[in-house]
Amino acid sequence: MQQETYKPGEHPDLPPPSNTIGPMAWIRENLLSSPTNIVMTALSAWFLYEIIPPTLEWVFLDAAFTGENRDECRAKAAGACWAFISERFNLFTYGFYPHESRWRVDLSFLLLLIALVAVLWDRAPFRKQGLYFACAYPFIAGWLLLGGYGLEPVETDKFGGFMLTLVVGVTGIAFSLPIGILLALGRQSDLLAIRLFSVGFIEFIRGVPLITLLFVASTMLNYFLPRGTTFDLLLRVLIMVTLFSSAYMAEVIRGGLQAIPKGQYEAADAMGLKYWTSMRLIVLPQVLKISIPGIVNTFIGLYKDTTLVIIIGLLDPLGIGRSSLADTKWTGLSNEVYLFVAIFFFISCFGMARYSLYLERKLETEHKR
Amino acid sequence: MTIKKAAALATALSLSTMTAQAGTLEDVQARGELNCVVTTGLAGFAAPDENGRWEGFDVSFCRAVAAAVLGDGEKVKFVPSTGKTRFTLLNSGEGDILFRNTTETMSRDADLKLTFLPVNYYDGQGFLVRKDLGVNSAMELDGASICIQTGTTTELNLADFFRANNMNYEPVNIETNEEGIANYSGNRCDVYTTDASGLASTRAALDDPSAHVILPEIISKEPLGGAVRHGDDQWADIGKWVVNAIIIAEELGVNKGNLDAMCGSAGDNPSINRLCGTEGDMGSMIGLDAKWAVRAIGVGGNYAELFDAHVGPDTPLALARGLNASWRDGGILYAAPIR
Repeated sequence: MQQETYKPGEHPDLPPPSNTIGPMAWIRENLLSSPTNIVMTALSAWFLYEIIPPTLEWVFLDAAFTGENRDECRAKAAGACWAFISERFNLFTYGFYPHESRWRVDLSFLLLLIALVAVLWDRAPFRKQGLYFACAYPFIAGWLLLGGYGLEPVETDKFGGFMLTLVVGVTGIAFSLPIGILLALGRQSDLLAIRLFSVGFIEFIRGVPLITLLFVASTMLNYFLPRGTTFDLLLRVLIMVTLFSSAYMAEVIRGGLQAIPKGQYEAADAMGLKYWTSMRLIVLPQVLKISIPGIVNTFIGLYKDTTLVIIIGLLDPLGIGRSSLADTKWTGLSNEVYLFVAIFFFISCFGMARYSLYLERKLETEHKR
Repeated sequence: MTIKKAAALATALSLSTMTAQAGTLEDVQARGELNCVVTTGLAGFAAPDENGRWEGFDVSFCRAVAAAVLGDGEKVKFVPSTGKTRFTLLNSGEGDILFRNTTETMSRDADLKLTFLPVNYYDGQGFLVRKDLGVNSAMELDGASICIQTGTTTELNLADFFRANNMNYEPVNIETNEEGIANYSGNRCDVYTTDASGLASTRAALDDPSAHVILPEIISKEPLGGAVRHGDDQWADIGKWVVNAIIIAEELGVNKGNLDAMCGSAGDNPSINRLCGTEGDMGSMIGLDAKWAVRAIGVGGNYAELFDAHVGPDTPLALARGLNASWRDGGILYAAPIR
């Protein structure tokens, strides 16, 4: 056997010792490295063993997927009764939206996805046109959902379920960011009136629970408005939710503004840039980048807060679920409803969280510590 | 601030506009739609079906009023409300009328400025216990842990009952009925207490209903009925007489099936004729036409039909008529005559 010879410094790396690679090594390293770790591993394994098989059993293996009512489900299987959810799926999705017009909800959702791709993905094909489309989207969606101008009008009290969550969530998210930026800038303004207004607005809104604002929106406003004026309930909710998250957004942005070194502001001034130009070109891009986790955090909070609209009698998925439980055919199936709604919210919120991570990585240029 | 105070404040705020609020009938007719405040969901009384159509005992009364006033029982916009928002929604004008299994009490009538319509369901608070507890009477519940919804009249009734009988209990506070079911079936309380109609649906929702029993004692009076705002007597009259007409229809044997035959032309029974609008001029007294009651009954039928369809023995709730039987059958359902 020939002995390989290498010049000094050119010897290829030897393979790692066999006890440091492969699954066994990984297990030893990560699960069994110390007595405490061994105990924790054993406890976790026992815990998972206790939780996972019964859950799988309940959710899939011993579940009934068809049936006319709860008793038929129970006769078939002891686990979950998904027939309930599938019978009510349309109610969960569209709320009380008229059957013959539900294609309009589907179409607005599809267009929303197209607009989102253009906004969120910078290498999307036809991105420029897509961005124009995204700007026009709120009006297109409003027309599709509310009707008028050739479409059958649908009143907003017919909105419900997931579409209501999306309408409130997307509107709140879309409008709270720009308003929040303006409020944050206003709070640092040299003009006393603007500063006082911003501070007053932010502190007032943050000092009041969202439920209270929604309650005011749904009932108290009617006392103050002249009798006979009808002011759409959903519109009131959208305004309140947007204002509420704007106040939080403003504080997130303010944190970002204060994290930017003073030199950046001074450099912008030194270049002779006007206030808005310097904000747009120099300060805000940096602020928004470092504020991404906080911004998305606020978005997710807002999205989940949409379930509070049940207080004022709008039926979001959770409200639809609770009302459905009152159907005598299906009483007592609350686990199925809550699990179903939880999965929907998890998908949406997890999606937002993952996108924010992607964006952070993409915009990562410095500050790596 | 308690809900009651908030509602009272809200009412006080609206007092100035209240006097100018007469004319709910005109408002409703101009709008072409009745705004009816219902619950967000209570088995048998109001809940949306799989197509999003509201169904239930209370819902049927909403539709009957809409049929009487607008000529079409489908022209109702249902305003779902929680126990906390129902009166504010009514008083602020979001709703025209309220059918939300609401107990008529003096403070709600006088303090919250509501006008109650005739009682459409006589309920009372009861107790649900597990059979293996071996309890046969509420008097044996000393020391029991009891699941109770906070902020309701049932909470106060429970305290009154145990104090009056010199017994102790351990309250397990819950917010909603589903929470009550979950806590009770999870053995976190020995007893669940709420209105008897609610107990029946709760028991039906349990995995093994036969292992549970509703104790015979009813410890409170819960006359449930519709309500309207103070300040518009004509509108209150309409609500009142629609409910009465539905009750009277049962007394007179008028139902959905024979409505056309009985009311087609004036017959020999003057009471039926007045109900049908073929004799006298009853409708114009409440600002409606002669066929108001016929339309109201035509939606879901008379009281017996509404009861059987939504909460009666053939439904999962399986409630007996009991107190809600007509006075001729030993109940206390007794409507003032239409004459």
